[in-house]
Amino acid sequence: MNDVIAALVAPFDAAEVVERSYASSATTYHMIAIPVEEWVLFAQAAKENGFDTFIDLFAADHFSEAPRFEVTLILLSMTAKERIVVTTRVPYDDPSVPTLTNVFQGANFYEREAYDMFGIDFPGHPDLTRILLPDDWVGHPLRKDYDIGAVPVQFKAGSADL
Amino acid sequence: MSDATERAESVEEKRRAQHEIWVSGTEERMPFAASTNEGSQEMLPRDQDPALDIQRGIAVDDDFVTPERVVSAERQIINMGPQHPSTHGVLRLQMELDGETVTRVKPIIGYLHTGMEKTAETLSYAQGPTNVTRMDYLSPFANELTFSLTVEQLLGIDVPPRADAIRVLMTELNRVASHLLSSATMGMDVGAISMMIYGWREREICLDFFEKVTGLRMNHNYIRPGGVAAELPDGWEDDVTNLIKVVNAGVDEYEELLNGNPIFLDRTLGVGVLTPEEIKQFGITGPVARASGVDWDLRKAHPYCGIERYTFDVPLGKHGDVFDRYKVRIDEIRESLRIAEQVIVTIPSGDYRTTDPKVTPPPRARIGESMEALIHHFKLFTEGVNVPAGTAYQAVEGPRGELGCYIISKGGARPWRMRWRAPSFAVVQALPVMMTDSLIADVIATLASTDPVLGDVDR
Repeated sequence: MNDVIAALVAPFDAAEVVERSYASSATTYHMIAIPVEEWVLFAQAAKENGFDTFIDLFAADHFSEAPRFEVTLILLSMTAKERIVVTTRVPYDDPSVPTLTNVFQGANFYEREAYDMFGIDFPGHPDLTRILLPDDWVGHPLRKDYDIGAVPVQFKAGSADL
Repeated sequence: MSDATERAESVEEKRRAQHEIWVSGTEERMPFAASTNEGSQEMLPRDQDPALDIQRGIAVDDDFVTPERVVSAERQIINMGPQHPSTHGVLRLQMELDGETVTRVKPIIGYLHTGMEKTAETLSYAQGPTNVTRMDYLSPFANELTFSLTVEQLLGIDVPPRADAIRVLMTELNRVASHLLSSATMGMDVGAISMMIYGWREREICLDFFEKVTGLRMNHNYIRPGGVAAELPDGWEDDVTNLIKVVNAGVDEYEELLNGNPIFLDRTLGVGVLTPEEIKQFGITGPVARASGVDWDLRKAHPYCGIERYTFDVPLGKHGDVFDRYKVRIDEIRESLRIAEQVIVTIPSGDYRTTDPKVTPPPRARIGESMEALIHHFKLFTEGVNVPAGTAYQAVEGPRGELGCYIISKGGARPWRMRWRAPSFAVVQALPVMMTDSLIADVIATLASTDPVLGDVDR
């Protein structure tokens, strides 16, 4: 862990930091897990510590694990050439993560996508509606309990009555 | 009155209530029988819309002084797209106009959504590149490379140096082809019709080379986890040398045609400006960010595939307007050709894919001789590549910016979740910032300069 990351996570006791690196591309990034209560505070602190470029925000469904949904935020510091991957977990019965649109304007569409695909609520979001799917779509397709669906294929050739 | 008539009337009432629309020039909603229901996509009256600041493009910083206009009869909502030649795909823009000035913009996406992230969860790691190559269909090699690097990071394997050099060559030529198409369509959108013909003429040479190497003009599935699919064909050096010569000459021709052209300059200078602060908040990367003077290129900052061994510059703009974006792309074509030139000279010999038997199938001849080879062959073609549990993120500098792939693996032959970080998605979100307070004709130029690919936006 280098100085930039250490300074960032110092005020957050609950943060768990794992350093990841991949030799064949000079990629190094830090995965930071934080509780959902500190989500906005952490994003704000990251922005003030130079991680001011919003890269990505998305959700994932860990179906059988206890806090089922994981929301991930990727931020970039162009000055320190560092990348952080911040994750938080929320349970199935209350999948709600406070919005980051007041910190990063760019979170708007990404939070709408996470809502659309996983049904995660972002309280405080100005316009939390479906973005990729139609309004009347039922369910949230990227959840693991949402079937991928199939088109039935009828094999006629070779059947008994031919 | 019979029950049936009553029911019919109440249904009609409901329908009318749903179809109340906002009438231009007023702040009132009125029933309008012939209207359609837009649902949450509708642009609401100013006092009712919670996302007003976002649609006015002033949420981050307001670079223009916009006087709050009184409601005038000139004010109207118009809809552009999803089927409109200037939207570069199925993008739809709802715009509030005051005369010819755009005052609010609401981008609406999703018309090309096919659930590719869900599909990826059902495909093995060997099938993955066929899926991701179809997302941003103008930069298929960059997509495949991003996916392959992420899987290799999870597997913890390295690819041979020759595979790295082939990957660099193909992704850089892909950048050339993509920027040529972008410059061509942008030229046509602002009125330089001949630019369309010239750009496509040079792009065709790139696609011919891709076809010779991979067998396909697009959706190649050439770069795969572990290396590339096949060795470069005989005589590829001559093809690339010729390509470099012809495209370089073509680029000179474009610059002669456009750089001093007063009509082109009038349409592009000072139009669709993005500030560095907006670039960072909206997560815009690539040529659009560099045109605003943000010096960030992943090939320099976090180099991959040994790209740091080649000499190239990162072209930067100053003003962040449409002209600078065009200029940055034109300069990037030259830089990419410089890299390709160096690859021809420095490409090492050796394998074009890893020899790790858990990833690469054994040669056909070995199967009859070695039991391990037979087992590996069987396991690879029945199960696929087994990837250990873990998560990985890898980003690549694609032609449109940071292409990222985040894979959560729980072990096994298929990803648990694959997330695609699409550069066009971020750009589409920032369209209101660039388009508001400009003329409607500038909307076309701005949209063309951001070069969104809707397959990338909607996935």
